[in-house]
Order: sequence, then structure tokens, then C-alpha cells
Amino acid sequence: MTAITYPSIPARTAPINTEGPIAWLRMNLFSDWKTALGTVLIGALLLSVLPQFFDWAVVRAVWVANFDACHAEGAGACWGVVSEKYRIILLGRYPLEEQWRPISSTALLLGLVVVSCMRAFWRSGLALLWVAVLAYFFTVMHGGVLGLGVVDTDRWGGLPLTIMLATLCMAMAFPIALVVALGRRSNLPAIRSVCTVYVELVRGVPLISVLFMASFMFPLLMPQGVSIDVLVRVVAGITLFAAAYMAEVIRGGLQALPKGQIEAAATLGLSYWQTQRLIVLPQALAAVVPGIMNNFISTFKDTSLVTIVSLYELTGAMSLALNGDSDWRPFKIECYIFIAVIYFFFCFSMSRYSMWIEKQVNKSRLR
Amino acid sequence: MVTPKAPPPRAWSWRSQAFRGLMYQAITIAIIVGVVGWLVHNTVVNMRIRGIQSGFDFLWGSAGFDIGESLIAFDSGEAYWRAYLVGFTNTLRVAVLGIILTTILGTLIGVGRFSRNALIRGLCQVYVEFFRNIPVLLQLLMWYLMFTEVLPASSEPLVLGPMFLSKGGLNFPIPVWATGHAVAAWGLLIGLVLAWLYRRHAQKTFEQTGLAKGMFWTPLLIVVACGVLGWLVGGAPTALDKPIQGEFAIENGGALTPEFLSVLLGLTVYTAAFVAEVVRGGIQSVAQGQSEAAAALGLSKGHSMRLVQLPQALRVIIPPVTNQFLNLTKNSSLAVAIGYPDVVSIANTAINQTGRAVECIAIIMVVYLSTSLLTSLLMNWYNQRSAILER
Repeated sequence: MTAITYPSIPARTAPINTEGPIAWLRMNLFSDWKTALGTVLIGALLLSVLPQFFDWAVVRAVWVANFDACHAEGAGACWGVVSEKYRIILLGRYPLEEQWRPISSTALLLGLVVVSCMRAFWRSGLALLWVAVLAYFFTVMHGGVLGLGVVDTDRWGGLPLTIMLATLCMAMAFPIALVVALGRRSNLPAIRSVCTVYVELVRGVPLISVLFMASFMFPLLMPQGVSIDVLVRVVAGITLFAAAYMAEVIRGGLQALPKGQIEAAATLGLSYWQTQRLIVLPQALAAVVPGIMNNFISTFKDTSLVTIVSLYELTGAMSLALNGDSDWRPFKIECYIFIAVIYFFFCFSMSRYSMWIEKQVNKSRLR
Repeated sequence: MVTPKAPPPRAWSWRSQAFRGLMYQAITIAIIVGVVGWLVHNTVVNMRIRGIQSGFDFLWGSAGFDIGESLIAFDSGEAYWRAYLVGFTNTLRVAVLGIILTTILGTLIGVGRFSRNALIRGLCQVYVEFFRNIPVLLQLLMWYLMFTEVLPASSEPLVLGPMFLSKGGLNFPIPVWATGHAVAAWGLLIGLVLAWLYRRHAQKTFEQTGLAKGMFWTPLLIVVACGVLGWLVGGAPTALDKPIQGEFAIENGGALTPEFLSVLLGLTVYTAAFVAEVVRGGIQSVAQGQSEAAAALGLSKGHSMRLVQLPQALRVIIPPVTNQFLNLTKNSSLAVAIGYPDVVSIANTAINQTGRAVECIAIIMVVYLSTSLLTSLLMNWYNQRSAILER
């Protein structure tokens, strides 16, 4: 018998350094030859494109609204067009001397939205505040009382219109969506099929056709002599459209709820509405918060479509500001970038907020 | 002894759940029938008072407007239904091409979020955040502006090899039609059948003996070889119709208009950001142990992604990606804003010319509803195929 010897394997040398910026670079950019090749290629591409863009957008850019400077040979981006046109882009055709009205009401509405997003303010008084602010918004924007001149809705435009459309449509779509989602899971076949047909019908057609309906067909649907403002019709259209999508998201949350919850509620003797209000909805809605926030973001972006039915929200107001002015029309791209930045700011904030609130509502599940 | 009797069922009492349910439904239906009836009544009265004619008979009348681009021949003297058909084919063209390109781009970017290269990871994330948060209409308008303002005029186009890019769009060479191409197409078809047969055989061999045969490259080789063989048999036609820079415009060759390119690019770039997020979510939903097990078996990172992670992620990915495809198809209606003659744009012109808003909007809705339905049916079928088979 020979004794088996186990030669010990020599210890591995300690890794050189695994922390610090150089180690991070080596691990993330040059870990093997493929990664290094990718880094070099993409880096070269970025280095060739980004300085050019920077040169155009910053170095050679013209920052003042000077027509000659913008048209000069070798001039970069003409941000002067924004400082020249920003009032029309942001406020549309609203009379200039009355501009405190859209500014104050939009600031209030935005402030309210921000306040509503904070946990510390989630109490019942908030609903009253909403009613008050919306009342202020429409009174001051439209005028006709307290000595304010009347400004018809066809002169509303720009950012106030975008924000009003988005907030109002989301706020009104939510309760409709809630009812429709519950209706789709109802035991009563007639109610279930009505809700299903509504959701599938709306989700099958593009928003544009709904807006066309609101602007071309709606006047035909109303009795003789009744005429409803185009803004109201468009708000109704977007609301009904957004509600169908939101209903599907909420239904997803309802379906994810274990059946035992409803059975347990029934054992406790809760009625249908008590079960929904106390047991089902709090859990289901918490589960679908990201989905609902996504709906809000897409509704915000969808408001840009009303420009097709001749309402001058941000996108429409920008075309309005430039199309009639042949001097500044060549610099449309700068204006596009300007409003793209505005849209991006709002949508990106909403998506970040969505992540935060997702954490808040799921706190009970974290440990 | 008296046995307690159950109380008689109170079928017609408000306390009976069945009765209440029946009443609720009756009330709902009554309200809906009432509202719809009222709306229809109003419409009919309004139409009579305003002297608006109704009905779809206008579809057979002469359209009287030209359409910028069409896959089927059309001139302004032809009937409205032909115009709608042209619009519908234009919508389908953008939607189908867009869906294909979006799938490729979205998957690449979604997978890129897991790259080991921090630069690629970062770029993919920037792409998603950037394009997702700007309205698609604005993006379409921006692309269109790029094509119509930033690019050089068609008298001095950018030359990309045999292609020209200018305000007039993209001009590219197309092969001159010859019978040899028909033979090549037949060759491809035969190759497809052969490849399918080969794959079935390879699958069977693998299941019986465990010997893995090439499931991707070999069938591809068969298809290509058959196509080339057909092309050779057909006399190997090589004549190309190349675009030529004329005095004012670019002549000959195939061309894509700036409108079409803007819609296609805009929709693809926008939807790809969403698809990328879906793909990322799907891959993350695959349990960590799966990729660890794949690594333990010695699979490379690429193999692990292709053979282990993606097939499992597919089940999670397909339903939301279907939604994105439907969104892309519906968003193609925004083409009306930049003048690409899709079905909505044609309907818009028809409304302005004939005043038949109800009929034209009904046509738009039917077109999109049927397209949506068809896409969901197709994707449901594919979803069932890729689902895990359980008992």
C-alpha cells in the first residue's frame, strides 16, 4: 500500500486591486479583448460625433435673437429663436397683456400636482384643494367674471393647455377606469360584456380617430342647438381613451390578487362594495402603481396629438410661432429641441417619481 | 318532532342576489340602449337638417386627388375605395417594416443593457430614457424636418456607395426584372422546404440519439444555396437599375420618399425603446440560477443568453411586445401630420371633400380594429407555441 500524498495547490496571488477607478475601468471596459475592442470602437464613434454636436450646440451657437448673427456663415445653433419666440411657444395665442392669467393658474396647478405627489399631504383635504385649484384655473383662464375679459378656449395654448389636458384627463380617467376594471371582473354577464366591448373597442383604434370623432362627429351626436366647446370634446375623448388603457392595467392588479382574499372577506360578512373598498382595491392598486404611472406618462405625451385637431398646445404653439415667420423658420430644429426638453423634463420626472412611489407602496413587503 | 324547514326562496325580492343582479343588468342595458338611441336619433335629425347625405355610396365616386406614393397604381380619376386601398397598403407597409426593424433594434438594445462593457450598457440606457420620454409625434416631426431641411437638395445628394440620400429621399439600385429572378425565387422556396425537412430530421436525431446537429447555420446554408442555384440556373442575371444623378432630380432606381422614411424611422426608434425595456424585464425575470447553471456547464456568455436565458424570457416578453406592435401600428396613423398618405390621411382628405365624417371615421376604426385583431391572433398563436408545455 502506498500512501497517497496530496500535494497542496499553491495559493493564488492576491488580485492586484479590485477597487478604485482604474480597477473599475479594467473590469467594465477592458475585461477581455472583445470588450476592449467594443470600447475602442464605440469610444471612437462618440469622440467623433459628440464634439461636433457640442461645437454646434454651444461653441458656435448664437444666444441672442439676432437675425443676422444667426444667418452668418459658420454659425451654429441659433438659440436666439427660442428667446425670440418663447412666449408664443409657451402660451400659444393667449393675449399677451393677460399673460399673468395662464402663468398663475398653471403654476398653481403644477404646484398642486407636486404637493399631491408628496406622502405628507396624502389626506382628505387634498381633494377639496383640487376642486378649488381647478375652479381657479378655469375661472381665471376663461374670464368673464370679476372684471376679467373673456378669453375663448380657442385662444388657449402652449404649456398651460398641455398641463391642463394631461392633469384633467388623468384625474377623470382614473375613476372611470376603476369602475370599468371592476365591471370586467363582475359576475353579471351583461355588465361584463359592456365593459369588455368598451375596452377592446377603444384599445383597438388609434387616438387620432377618437380625436377626429371628437372634432368632426361629436357635433352631429348632440341635439339641435346644443354646441359643446371643442376643448371639452377633446378632453372627453382623451379621458375615455386613457380610461380604457388604465382599466386594463387595474384589471391586471385585480387578477393578481389571490382568491383567498375575497373568500376571507366573504366569510367576514363584508358586502361586495366593502370587499372591493377595504380588501381588493388597496392591494390591487398598490400592485399596479408602475403601470398606472406609465399610463400617466403616455397620456401626457398623447396630449401632443391634439395639435392635429387644431388646438395649439406645446407642439401646435411651436408650429404656430414659426410657420408664419419666414425669418425664423429655418431654425425650427432649435425650437423642436426646446420643447423636446420640456416634454423630457416632465416625463422623466414622472418616471423617477414612479420608481420612488413603487418603493413606498411596497414597503410592507420589504424586510 | 318538527324539522326546521328552509325558508322559501324569495325569488322576486330585492334581498335575492340573483334578482338584484338581474335588475342591475337590466338597468345598465336600458341606459346604454337609451343613450345610443338618443345619439343615433340626434345624428339622423342633424343630418336631415343640414342636408348631409349618408351612406357608403361615395366610395364608388371619383376621388379627384392624387396620392404621393402608392404600391398599387392610382390616379386622381379613380374611385374612393381605391384611394382607401392605397392608404391601407401604405399603412401596412410602414407597420410591417416597422415591426421587423423594431424587433431587431429593441432586442439588441434590451440585451445590450446586460453587456459587460459599461459603455454599451450606458449608451443603451441613455437611448431608452431619451427616446421613451419624448412624444412620438414630436419625434416624427423632427425626423421629417431632418429630411426636408437638413439634408442637401436632390441636385447635390449625399453619395453612399451606389445610393443617394437627399431631400428627395433615399434612392437605391434595384435589380432589373428577369426570368432568372423568378427561378431564384423558386429555388429559395424549395430551399425553405428542404431546410424545414432537415430541421425536423435534426430534431428527431437529437431527441433519439442526443447528437446535436446544426439547427441554424445548416438550414440557412441550404436556403441560400438553393437560392443561388436557382439564380445560376436562371442565367445569373446581374443587371441593376442604378439611380443616376440627373440635372434636377435623381432618376431611375428604386426610391423611398422622405415622408415614408421619417414615419418608419420615427416609429422604429420610438417603439424600440419600449421593446428594449420589455426585453430587459423579461431577461431579468429569468431566475439567476439559470444563468449560473449555464456558466457551470461551461457555456459562454453569448451561448447562455441565446440558449438558456432568451428562450425562457420569451414567454414573459411576448404579450407586452404584442402590445408594442399594436401601438406601433396605431401610431402609424400619426403619419397624417407629415403628409404620408396612410389610411387616416386619405380619410381626412375624404372627410374634407365629401363631408361624410361618420362613414370615414367608421372606415378608419374598422381598418385598425381588424389589423389589431389579426396581429393579436398571430401573436397569441406564437405565444402558445413558445409557452412551456405543462402536463
